[in-house]
Amino acid sequence: MSLSYTAEHEWITGEEPATVGITAYAAEALGDIVYVELPEPGTELKAGETCGELESTKSVSELYAPVTGTVVARNEAVVDDPSLINSDPQGAGWLFTVAVTESGELLTEEAYQALISA
Amino acid sequence: MRTALYEHHLALGATLTDYAGWRMPLRYGSESAEHLAVRKAAGLFDLGHMGQFEIHGPEAAGALDFALVGRLSELVVGQARYTLLCQSDGGILDDLICYRLAEDRYLVVANAANTSVVSDALSVRLAGFRADLDRLDRSLIAIQGPSAAGILALICDAHLGGLPYYAVIPGSINGIPLWVARTGYTGEDGFELYVPAEHASAVWWALTTTGEPHGLRSAGLACRDTLRLEAGMPLYGHELTCDTTPYDAGLGRVVRLDKPADFVGRAALTAAAEAPRSRRLVGLVSAGRRVLRAGQPVVDLRTGAHLGVVTSGAVSPVLGRPIAMAYVSTVNAPLAVDVRGSLEPVELSPLPFYRRSTS
Repeated sequence: MSLSYTAEHEWITGEEPATVGITAYAAEALGDIVYVELPEPGTELKAGETCGELESTKSVSELYAPVTGTVVARNEAVVDDPSLINSDPQGAGWLFTVAVTESGELLTEEAYQALISA
Repeated sequence: MRTALYEHHLALGATLTDYAGWRMPLRYGSESAEHLAVRKAAGLFDLGHMGQFEIHGPEAAGALDFALVGRLSELVVGQARYTLLCQSDGGILDDLICYRLAEDRYLVVANAANTSVVSDALSVRLAGFRADLDRLDRSLIAIQGPSAAGILALICDAHLGGLPYYAVIPGSINGIPLWVARTGYTGEDGFELYVPAEHASAVWWALTTTGEPHGLRSAGLACRDTLRLEAGMPLYGHELTCDTTPYDAGLGRVVRLDKPADFVGRAALTAAAEAPRSRRLVGLVSAGRRVLRAGQPVVDLRTGAHLGVVTSGAVSPVLGRPIAMAYVSTVNAPLAVDVRGSLEPVELSPLPFYRRSTS
C-alpha cells in the first residue's frame, strides 16, 4: 500500500476513499494517547485545516486534514480505545476515511523520512 | 544538567525531557504501563535531580524549627517528616522531606526546580544558629510499589521489615553504603535510596537485575506525575506556590503554631489559620473523556461563572477516567471544567483518588 504523508505527521492512502492516520513517529513522540476527537462522517474537510485533536498524557495535538474532501467514516474503535493508535498507528489505529476532491501538499515516503530524521 | 544515571537512560532508550534544568527520562516506553507497574509490582525512578542538603551542628534542630513550619526538633533520629518552607507572608516557597540522621544532623530534600531557592532561604535563616548547611551532590533512586520491599530485601542488608513509613536507616547494597528511607511520592509502599553519585550506576543495575523478574520497570517523570496525582499529593508550581498558604492547600496540619519559639511566617500563618477560606483544594472526576489540564477554568455548569482553576489533571490509568485537582471558591454548584471552550461536567471526589490496599 503506497502512502503519502503530511509535514504534520499524518499518513494517507492513495485509494478511494482514502484512509488517514498518524505516523508511528508521531504516535511515539506523543506518548500514550488517551483521547481522540475525530470528524463525523459527512464533515467537509479542507486541506491543511484542523479537523480533530489527539490528547496524550502530556499534550494536546491538533489533527490536520491532509486533503480536501468529505469524511466517509471514522474509526469508532479508536474513539473507544485511543491506545490502538500507539500500538498500531498504521493499521488498527487508522483515524478516518475521506472522499478526496483535492489533494493537499503531500510528501512521499522518502521526503517524510528525510523530514523526521532531519 | 545530567544526573549520574544519564547514560543509563540513553542506553534504556528513554524519551528525555528538560525539567528544572535537568535532562531527565520522561518515559522509557509506555508511561501508562510504567504507572501500572508501580501500582501492581514496582517501578525504579532516578530522582538525582532533586535538591539535597545536610544541616548539621549543635543547633541544627532549633535552626530548622525556625526556618520551616514543622517542628523538626521533635523528630527522633531515624524519623522523617513532610514539611514546608514558607515566606514571612505565609506563601509556600517549597515542600520538603526532612530526615533526622543524627541528633545534630538532618537531611532536607527539595524539589529540583527550587534547589537554589531553598539553599538561599535556609542559608539566611540558619545564620543566627550554630548550624551549617551543605548542598550535596548525591544520587537518589526510588523503588516504589507493592513489590518494592521484597525486591530491596533481596540485595539490601538494612532491616526493612522493622522500618516504618517515614523513617530512614543506614544500609548497604553490594558493599555500597546508602541511606534507606521508607518514603516516596507515588501512594505506594516504597523506598528512596540516597546513594553516593559514583555508585549510583551499580545500585541502579543491582536493583534492575534483581527486580525485573519480579515485575520491576524503569519509570519516568510522566508516570511519576500521574502516580502522585492519583495519590492526591500536591506538586510545587501546581497546587503549591508563593501565592498559596498551607491552609489553602489543605496542609494546615503541617504548620506547628504550637512551637514555642518563633519561626518564619508565624504571624501570617496564624492569621491565615483563623481567616475564612476563600478557596479550597478539591479533587474532580470527569464523566467524559477529555483530559482536564492545569490552568483550565472551573465554572458553574449552569451559569458559566468562574469558580476556580485546575492545578493538575490527567487521565487516571487506574480509574480509567480524567481526574484533576483544582482550587475552587465554592462546591455548592454543579461544576464543569472549560476544556478549550467545551464545558465538561465534573464531580467532586475525595482525595486521594487512589489509596493502596493495606492488606
